[in-house]
Amino acid sequence: MRLGGIDIGSRSIELVVVDDGGQILDARQTDTGFDPICQAKGIMADAGFDKLMATGYGRGLFETAFDDTATVTEIKAHARGVVHYFPEARTILDIGGQDSKAIALTNTGRVKKFEMNDRCAAGTGKFLEIMARNLGFDLKDFGPQALAANTSHAINSMCTVFAESEVTSLIARGADRQAISRGLHDSVVKRAAGMINRVSRGGPIVFSGGVAKNPCIRKLVASRLDRQVLVPEDPQMIGALGAALILKDELPAMAE
Amino acid sequence: MSQDYTSMWAELGLDLEAHDALLSVLGNAYTDIYLSQKDRPEGMGYFDFVMSEVHGLRIKELVDEKKAGRKIIGSYCVFVPEEIALAANATLVGLCSGADFAMEEVEKYLPRNTCALIKSSFGFKLGKVCPYLESADMVVGENTCDGKKKAYESLGPLVNNLYVMDLPQVKSDQGRALLRSEFDRFKTVAEELTGVSVTYDSLKQAIGQVNAKRKALHRLYKLRHADPAPISGLDALLASQVAFYDNPARFTESLNKICDELENRIADKVGAMPKKTPRLLLSGCPQAVPNWKLPWIVETSGAVIVGEESCVGERGYRNLVNDSGATMEDLMEAITDRYFKVDCAIFTPNPDRLSHIVEMASDYNADGVIHYGLQFCQPYIMESIPVENALEKKDIPCLRIETDYGMEDVEQIKTRVQAFIEQVK
Repeated sequence: MRLGGIDIGSRSIELVVVDDGGQILDARQTDTGFDPICQAKGIMADAGFDKLMATGYGRGLFETAFDDTATVTEIKAHARGVVHYFPEARTILDIGGQDSKAIALTNTGRVKKFEMNDRCAAGTGKFLEIMARNLGFDLKDFGPQALAANTSHAINSMCTVFAESEVTSLIARGADRQAISRGLHDSVVKRAAGMINRVSRGGPIVFSGGVAKNPCIRKLVASRLDRQVLVPEDPQMIGALGAALILKDELPAMAE
Repeated sequence: MSQDYTSMWAELGLDLEAHDALLSVLGNAYTDIYLSQKDRPEGMGYFDFVMSEVHGLRIKELVDEKKAGRKIIGSYCVFVPEEIALAANATLVGLCSGADFAMEEVEKYLPRNTCALIKSSFGFKLGKVCPYLESADMVVGENTCDGKKKAYESLGPLVNNLYVMDLPQVKSDQGRALLRSEFDRFKTVAEELTGVSVTYDSLKQAIGQVNAKRKALHRLYKLRHADPAPISGLDALLASQVAFYDNPARFTESLNKICDELENRIADKVGAMPKKTPRLLLSGCPQAVPNWKLPWIVETSGAVIVGEESCVGERGYRNLVNDSGATMEDLMEAITDRYFKVDCAIFTPNPDRLSHIVEMASDYNADGVIHYGLQFCQPYIMESIPVENALEKKDIPCLRIETDYGMEDVEQIKTRVQAFIEQVK
């Protein structure tokens, strides 16, 4: 049986197909754009799955648009996806395009507690994307550039709009853009650390979501919290993988 | 509505156009949120009727009472003792504060970062859309949180006859003495308003009447301990909400009838939702009509709310007044005793609330607790962290939600609530 998981995020859509043993058969990604359902249809076109589970902020829309689709929240989906790669994981940090969350797991891999920042772009991938653009960096270079900085310019505003003005005035004062970048990364990590501390106090942290690809954020999370940071192979696919695996987990129950 | 109340609303000074708009929004919300529910107890028909006439027939009753010489006292808080109002031959009604209205006007009087409940009370006044407020011969404000007590300074000039009751913030002997003296002062003011002296007999009778209402609510709350829950959280919340507006005797009778029905449902194992539906307790800020946002999200996400630790719920109606006293003094002391136990977050410290929440979670067999904080409501938001800690110590999951009356964050809250339901399942 081919089981599909689709994660409709604010920035990208991922589709993962697993077999009933949990082996990944297919993994794809596309931009969300302004018509997520159309984009989802495109990515699903020839994926060939028997059942589908949707997650991510667009899951409700998806449920309305397609019959016979189950949904799960991105919190549970990320937890399940992370456990696939790191069965011992107890703490997860997920920073996506539109929100960020810290999740604590029980020793059986269930969600024990979670914290979410979801009311604005502060501390999310969107924040980093806007700031990279303001500083003239490609998003993929933003982390390495911040990492290469010798100093950090503190950014005090958490709000994207205010932080933008702060960055503008720093640029006007001739501040080094690598140092500004570092300051922006610091501010994202400060916020993420606060969320993690509210759910768990020790042990390694598994970092998922698109922002986990940023080497500076990874390093700063590890040093700020003095905890090991583990990143799965393709951190953006974790939500979709988790959704597909939840379908797999439900299989025996359905066979009865 | 059964008849045309336009002339009555015009006489009360309502802004008819704005009021029509409000009623239409309220009617639609009620249809979408309440009437769409499945497996409701039949007795809820009474509350459907009350809600359809909430600005109609009930207001007409109040206007008729006024014509017959009775006075109407409006209140915003469960600390205002209904017993004393009734004993002085006045009717006590809760005033509207559960929806955003005339916000641009409100922000001329209140800072933007004021809680939605306080803003709403101003919005209903400034928008001229609350017939309860316009019927009131006296409006009682009370010094609970800083937001409310400062807001009454600005509300005073806007309403007819605002009376502010002081309240203690500490559960000390001095605090209790203050509450007692404020109740004495309220009694005098109520007597002056109505021209009717409170007597031992009238007070004892009023205590009996209000106790009967509370007993009916206690009965309802207890029936919700059952699994499957015999009534939805939305419907039970409505009963607690209507208790603030309705004629107390009729309310009590109607609610007791519903409770009879719920007893039969429990015996037949009939629920508003299937057995094993995740059971959640709501705790925190009061939810005034028509603030059904969070319970609606929760109950359309696959869980059932089994209790409210709220002023519009168990906190507001817990405990009866002992009516066995032989003198007026005894009765006033008994009233003070009962109200002094209300564990509102304005008190410091407030350990009773924490133990009540933990106790309720166990009594109601709740799988988890959602702490509901209105944005900028400092007392409850401050307490949300100790509440979470106290619950987690007992391995009871807790989700803290902070929101307002706006609908723009519904999707985000839904995600959190659904994840919480997945967590406790």
